[in-house]
Amino acid sequence: MSFNLKEYFDNLSKGDVILAYKGSITSELINDVLEGVEKKLAEANEESKTRKRIYNVLVESMQNLYHHIEEYHEGINEELDPKFGVLVVERDKDSYKVTTGNFINSSKIKFLKEKIDKINSLTKEELKDMYKFILNHQKLSAKGGGGLGLVDIARKTGNKLEYAFYNYNNNYYFFNLTIRV
Amino acid sequence: MEPINIEATPKTPSVKFNSETGVMEIKGRSIPENSIEFYKPLVDWLEVYAKNPLKKTQVDVHLEYFNTSSSKCILDIFKKLEAIHKAKHEVVINWYYEEDDEDMLEAGEDYESIIRVPFKMIEIVD
Repeated sequence: MSFNLKEYFDNLSKGDVILAYKGSITSELINDVLEGVEKKLAEANEESKTRKRIYNVLVESMQNLYHHIEEYHEGINEELDPKFGVLVVERDKDSYKVTTGNFINSSKIKFLKEKIDKINSLTKEELKDMYKFILNHQKLSAKGGGGLGLVDIARKTGNKLEYAFYNYNNNYYFFNLTIRV
Repeated sequence: MEPINIEATPKTPSVKFNSETGVMEIKGRSIPENSIEFYKPLVDWLEVYAKNPLKKTQVDVHLEYFNTSSSKCILDIFKKLEAIHKAKHEVVINWYYEEDDEDMLEAGEDYESIIRVPFKMIEIVD
């Protein structure tokens, strides 16, 4: 069975949801989400360390979407914004879960999968070394991406990155990333 | 040299660079999508300042939070300061972090291990 975006989003939005969004990922949206989630966490009297970590994960994961989302969804039938992405923040027992989703061209899967598997295989100390190496040796892309977002998320949360690629059509997959904070 | 005075926005920090006092300050949040736009003028300013710096340059970095896009630009700023220090001028970077913010302390230590300039880690206690 092929991937169904509506079912996917409905399933994601079932838990103790703080925020669920699907649509265009713009700079203004990132502002609004950060402000909204920050307010809710403050109202919930969440401790400052947790608040900062969630904030950090939201900034990096949304800016990853912002920088990497496929601008052109060739062959995607549903009527979607060209910068379509999904973001869900929810409480899950004693922790928080941030999930992002976006379409990805099948040619990019191998690179992304290898990068995440590599990050997941590293210890805290090794992640620190990887972070410092990329920081010091790789140039920023023209868009301002630095290749550091996922490394930073894994390092700060101390958790593995959970991911899945769902086949959508010949050229596209839907990439789901779940981060526990 | 004209001083730099930039007000903070929700995504960018306030900046005060002054070549007459030798005191530079970056304060607030730094989470722009494209950090080069924001930081390039600062790096360029420091490049000019580095040609004729004061005997002592003090840099106060008081960031509540910064994204990974900013982290590389901050490194570029520190590299300019490293050049001033290498030319035998006194440079000190005061790295402020909020009480118990281990992530921000660790971020400062990352820079300290890459850049050959004396860092002072200063914990802000409420």
